[in-house]
Amino acid sequence: MSTATTSINLSSKRGIWGGGNEPLNASYGKLMMWFFLLSDIFTFAAFLVAYGAIRVSYPPYGGPADSFVGSNEYWPVPEMVFDAIPFVHGIHAPLVFVGLMTFILIMSSVTMVLAVEAGHRNDRKDVTKWLLWTLVGGLTFLGCQAWEWGHFIHGTDGGATITFIGNFGNMVSETVFGANLSVNEYGPAAFAQLFFFITGFHGFHVTIGVFLLFLAFYQAAVGVYERRGHYEMVEKIGLYWHFVDLVWVFVFTFFYLI
Amino acid sequence: MDIQDNKSTLEVAPRNAEKIKKIWKIAAILLIVTLIEYVFAFNMERGVLLYSIFIGLTLVKAGYIMMEFMHLKDEAKVLVWSIMLPLIFLVWLIIALLREGTDIFLMRW
Repeated sequence: MSTATTSINLSSKRGIWGGGNEPLNASYGKLMMWFFLLSDIFTFAAFLVAYGAIRVSYPPYGGPADSFVGSNEYWPVPEMVFDAIPFVHGIHAPLVFVGLMTFILIMSSVTMVLAVEAGHRNDRKDVTKWLLWTLVGGLTFLGCQAWEWGHFIHGTDGGATITFIGNFGNMVSETVFGANLSVNEYGPAAFAQLFFFITGFHGFHVTIGVFLLFLAFYQAAVGVYERRGHYEMVEKIGLYWHFVDLVWVFVFTFFYLI
Repeated sequence: MDIQDNKSTLEVAPRNAEKIKKIWKIAAILLIVTLIEYVFAFNMERGVLLYSIFIGLTLVKAGYIMMEFMHLKDEAKVLVWSIMLPLIFLVWLIIALLREGTDIFLMRW
């Protein structure tokens, strides 16, 4: 019978980096997803570290937490700012809504792992079922965030008296309701700016994730992956979706808890 | 194979009850850790100790998500380190910017 037909002499002494094998034991797509996520970790870390740097450059609120009033003289107490829940007006429920959002995102991460697990078993029915649940979780989270933003922008009934430098370089002292990029009722302008940029950038990632999930759901449902012979795309989108959850864990701690 | 053919060609493996149970177990851990954070948030004075507890618990959650949900612990060691080692740069970033922020505070007030 035929012996070695290859013209390259494959030495068995070749090391792991000598070529002819896969040292990282991962497909190109998965590897690149990991490296993309690494770069994204740096972007989010830069945002959160910038938050820390700007925060320590302001004096913290000194008094007892329950008598907190917003002022641009000191950094606000997050649990006094994020204390509203939908449908009930004027109730002080610190961090309850954001806890619900965290729960939703963690659960959608769990259904995503279940979809990936079903993909390993080539189980189309289970993959589509779990991807659909993940999709529902992602959309619900986005809806919650839209409400959270809406409330943050419109503000409380009373507002807060803020003194700041107006358009003509003059000192302005007025009652401010809600927040925009130049002034807000909760704290220094940077507080609202960082809120918009950090949660906004995260929400943007969730939005892209929802598009990708829909793509995976559709392709799994019509049998694209079955014809392809594997469900690796579900795994790759799963990595991205878990990353979105991972980032939220940090945003939750640094923006809402600390 | 005909592109229009939509019939199942892959062999479907049965559900592995043990694996699925483990996923739900980790989900429970993540939720419990979050609940513990809430308990601390409303029962402790703000300060370095509380913040350290928050950061510690956050890293626990991050570890579970990366290692279990993203299956990083099952990847080749080289891949794990090529993801984890670059994060060392963040240590510098945190130290440098927090120092910078503190100095701005001292200049302003």
